[in-house]
Amino acid sequence: MFDKHEIALSVKNLNVDYGDFRALENISLEIPARQITAIIGPSGCGKSTFLRCFNRMNDLVPTARVTGEVLFYGQNIYDSKVNPVEVRRHIGMVFQKPNPFPKSIYENVAYGARINGYKGNMDELVERSLRAAALWDEVKDDLKKSALALSGGQQQRLCIARAIAVEPQVILMDEPASALDPIATLKIEELMQELKKDYTIVIVTHNMQQAARVSDYTAMMMLSKEGSRAGTVIEFGPTPQIFTSPRDRRTEDYITGRFG
Amino acid sequence: MNESQHVLSTLLRPRADHDRREKLIRAVLLLFSAVSIFTTLGIIAVLLRETLLFFQEVSIVEFFTETRWTPLFASKKFGVLPLVNGTVLVAAGAMLIALPLGLLAAIYLSEYASDRARKILKPMLEVLAGVPTVVYGYFALTFVTPLLQKIWPQTQAFNALSASIVMGFMILPLVASLSEDAMSAVPQSLRQAAYALGATRFEVTLRTVVPAALSGISAAFILAVSRAIGETMIVAIAAGQQPKLTLNPLQSIETMTAYIVQVSLGDTPQQSIAYKTIFAVGMLLFMMTLMMNLISNWLTRRYREVYE
Ligand SMILES: Nc1ncnc2c1ncn2[C@@H]1O[C@H](COP(=O)(O)OP(=O)(O)O)[C@@H](O)[C@H]1O
Ligand SMILES: [Mg+2]
Repeated sequence: MFDKHEIALSVKNLNVDYGDFRALENISLEIPARQITAIIGPSGCGKSTFLRCFNRMNDLVPTARVTGEVLFYGQNIYDSKVNPVEVRRHIGMVFQKPNPFPKSIYENVAYGARINGYKGNMDELVERSLRAAALWDEVKDDLKKSALALSGGQQQRLCIARAIAVEPQVILMDEPASALDPIATLKIEELMQELKKDYTIVIVTHNMQQAARVSDYTAMMMLSKEGSRAGTVIEFGPTPQIFTSPRDRRTEDYITGRFG
Repeated sequence: MNESQHVLSTLLRPRADHDRREKLIRAVLLLFSAVSIFTTLGIIAVLLRETLLFFQEVSIVEFFTETRWTPLFASKKFGVLPLVNGTVLVAAGAMLIALPLGLLAAIYLSEYASDRARKILKPMLEVLAGVPTVVYGYFALTFVTPLLQKIWPQTQAFNALSASIVMGFMILPLVASLSEDAMSAVPQSLRQAAYALGATRFEVTLRTVVPAALSGISAAFILAVSRAIGETMIVAIAAGQQPKLTLNPLQSIETMTAYIVQVSLGDTPQQSIAYKTIFAVGMLLFMMTLMMNLISNWLTRRYREVYE
């Protein structure tokens, strides 16, 4: 499907159960490197659950059980020999609600580098990360200020800077703009276009226009069948194709607003 | 009746009944709060009056600089420092046990224990906090002191150390419980942020949860200190009645609280200057714990503001 792109993440027969409730069923797809892949679908269909599979955040949910494979450049991150902490250093995450630490702007960005024993110049890393997150100009004069004093949009860009500072290959974003106003949202979307030069981005969004605007590929998720509560990816492909000539009837209904 | 008429009729429902009951409840509640406030004020007033009377006879400079405390002897000296020394010595020892162990217990409960373990352990801690302190006192005297004497034969029958140790374990649940509350109040989203940056559980705890809960934890610590300073039963039973300026915990000392007990229960005539000392000592004790509680309160308020 995308011969021109390297595959960063490859999902094979993925299932997720919360206790005896099956949340995700039989998902297989491939995420191209240095592209933006959007995951869309009605709420509750398992988008966040799916996204958390990519950096093993589901490990933190005691009831969650993941089966199947997620290959990261060929290595199954669910292999028993793989350390989930290391996985998260390569695959970063930005959450729905901005969640900066109650520390200074500087310390927020430096956090990941510090725990990873970063040996380089910390000031440089902080500046580089803040620039990459398009936040540097706004905060360069008060890096010592509490991150909590920033606006919501700035906080979210700080969270992106914080993720970048760990120097990951992939950045996962779970509805990163859903708590932001339209202008802040636009800034995040512009930023994503910049970031995609260096990073593989997977973004969950319930905003169809946003998916159409920013993404190169789109995965459409739905509950797998009537009466089931397990979500699955029903269609995956280049974004223009998903939005103009979807193969699946349910995708078409959803995109044209006849659903959910 | 259509929708809007229905809404109007509920909004305009007579409210007199309702109001009267509300007023009654409020009056009763006000009365009870007033009683407790006036009781406290009354105690402070008595304490203050007696203290002022005491300081008409004894100079405040002597009180704070003299190094001997002998009001019950023929040659009376009124230097409170030995009593303060005893109090601080025992409290400091207790804190050496209660603060680190309490914090570790809180970290375990909040960050490491499974839900099931937490549901069993936390109530157990709270039960431990409810054991009458007189039981702890006898435990110090009859179990810990003999043990200490085996290790250090020079240990006196009444000594600061055994009181310290037992008091430390008595206060530990308070520290653990309050610190755990502070740590549990740290939003889950911060832990997730840290994990997503590649932090281990230990790093999440040490670099994110504890710092974010720090003002709550410090509040717990200060409350614990205040509790240790005010603790009476254990020291009255196990630490002795010898006001002494010493840092040796194996010796018999006397704390401010133990002194007050000694005089209150003894045969000192009520009008004597010796008797009045307990008000001055009590006032000082009150000021010390009040200050601690105010600081603790202030810290707790500060930490609430962080997430709101
Ligand atoms: N920690 C959890 N424990 C149990 N069930 C969960 C948990 N998280 C999500 N779920 C359930 O999994 C399903 C998918 O949730 P989620 O992945 O959040 O969907 P989405 O992000 O598409 O709204 C929902 O039915 C939700 O109730
Ligand atoms: Mg979601």
